[in-house]
Amino acid sequence: MKQSTFEQLHAPVWQALEAKLILLEKGQKPQSGELREFASLFRKVCHFHALAQERHYSSFLVDHLDNLVVRAHQQLYRRKHPIWQPLLQFIVRDFPALVRQERQAVLWAALLFVGPLLGFFVATLVNPDMAYTVIAPDQAAQMEAMYDPANRVLGAARDSDTNWGMFGFYIYNNISVAFRTFASGLLLGVGSGFFLTFNGALIGAVAGHLTNVGFTTTFYTFIVGHGSFELTAIVLAGAAGLKLGYSLLVPGQLTRVESLKRASHVAIRLVYGVILMLVIAAFIEAFWSSNNIFAPWQKYLVGAALWLVVLGYLIFSGRERSHS
Amino acid sequence: MDQAVMIDTRHPLETPEGTDLSLYPAGFWVRSLAYTIDWLIRVAVVVATGFLFSASGIGQGMTLVVYFLMEWFYPVYFELCHNGQTIGKKALHLKVINDDGTPVTFAASLIRNLLRTVDFLPVFYISAIIASLCNRDFKRLGDLAAGTLVVYTNPIKPSPAIDNVGVRPVPEGFSTDEQRVLVAFAQRSATMSGARQAELANIIAPLVAPGDPVVAIKQMANHIVGRRADSP
Repeated sequence: MKQSTFEQLHAPVWQALEAKLILLEKGQKPQSGELREFASLFRKVCHFHALAQERHYSSFLVDHLDNLVVRAHQQLYRRKHPIWQPLLQFIVRDFPALVRQERQAVLWAALLFVGPLLGFFVATLVNPDMAYTVIAPDQAAQMEAMYDPANRVLGAARDSDTNWGMFGFYIYNNISVAFRTFASGLLLGVGSGFFLTFNGALIGAVAGHLTNVGFTTTFYTFIVGHGSFELTAIVLAGAAGLKLGYSLLVPGQLTRVESLKRASHVAIRLVYGVILMLVIAAFIEAFWSSNNIFAPWQKYLVGAALWLVVLGYLIFSGRERSHS
Repeated sequence: MDQAVMIDTRHPLETPEGTDLSLYPAGFWVRSLAYTIDWLIRVAVVVATGFLFSASGIGQGMTLVVYFLMEWFYPVYFELCHNGQTIGKKALHLKVINDDGTPVTFAASLIRNLLRTVDFLPVFYISAIIASLCNRDFKRLGDLAAGTLVVYTNPIKPSPAIDNVGVRPVPEGFSTDEQRVLVAFAQRSATMSGARQAELANIIAPLVAPGDPVVAIKQMANHIVGRRADSP
């Protein structure tokens, strides 16, 4: 068939598709009948495109059809993004199940974090100077000022504006730290390992140092509340990063790129959960941890309860019921 | 694969409908220009928030939250809600898509934008530049992990501004790519000297003899873009 005959015969089909595309790309909702027509038009134009290429019709025509096919492909294979129902399902079932599924990475991350934490805590108790191997002296002085019981204000420690200010700071700081811990896993896992170990050592040394100075009540009542969500989230972010690194080191039968691609689509789901946990942690840290109306035993009690909630949630939530 | 395909940046992709999509991945230079535009916008928004809320008590916290969102979620928002295009990408006719040609998904967008941290290392996105020069599709590390591509939204369309020197049907056996070459020659001939035109056109002189090969090519190009003998 000559090209001009081909164009005369079939141009109405691709013109019809183009008209629909222009509507769809403007974001207009099509009626249901129109949609059915869209798919069949698309298939026809795909057919014409393949024919035009195969018959070496002019490049001008081929390019035009090419453009239509690409645009229609983008419209047809658009994925819907419902939000609330999947979010709820993710929180109740999928996220804890994923953490259990990835328990190997999670346990390694926990080891890399908790090991140095306990190590530096004990080392600092035994030899107070150990603290200065990870924290600078002026940083230590700042910490002491923050948790000195003499500086403690009774009642709500800060006015609500300061609380909101600190909330913003915790969101910005903690989630950025978690994102970096995750992303640096791409460096064969080394980055995540470093951030986990370093932060563990830092927290251990600070805790040991403040215990030596004797500011235990102010320090531990402050961190016990949000620690459950925050420390767990950092470990999970590290686990997601380690998973990226592991997929590059041990790709199995896949290419490294393919292995990384698959691992990162699993790991990113851990990061969703990390974000949620850190937002909760920032709320607790800004509005509960800093609040001094409550007696220390009350804060320890709530803190312990929150730890049980977090661990119980990750261990038990969303398990399939066995009907046997 | 013939040489034209080897040096072309086109990323062919077969669809379930049995035809090939042509995607044109964008290189790091145009992408860094788009990034610069986005970066300026992000800085402007953060500075403006700082000014607007500086008077109120929650200003500092507010600014930090905005800064956080701008740093991590600005690209994610635009890639999901504005057709794969941040403002900078839109200005330069780029968009982010999944490497199967479908619109970018939330997971993929978040992966590529979080892994930006590593692409930045050690300074000024050097890792991203090196990575994008090491694969055919100019993917940075984040794109490799997420399975995404940055492509031109409208591949440079041939504008049929060709000297109207008549029409001549293209002989059988010219492939689509070869026809593209003819049209490109006709369009760019205005920027070449007569001698250079003749030199290049002489390559196919045996195919179009007798006659001036330069004119012959322009006539064939006119035929390819759809001019016909009866239409002036």
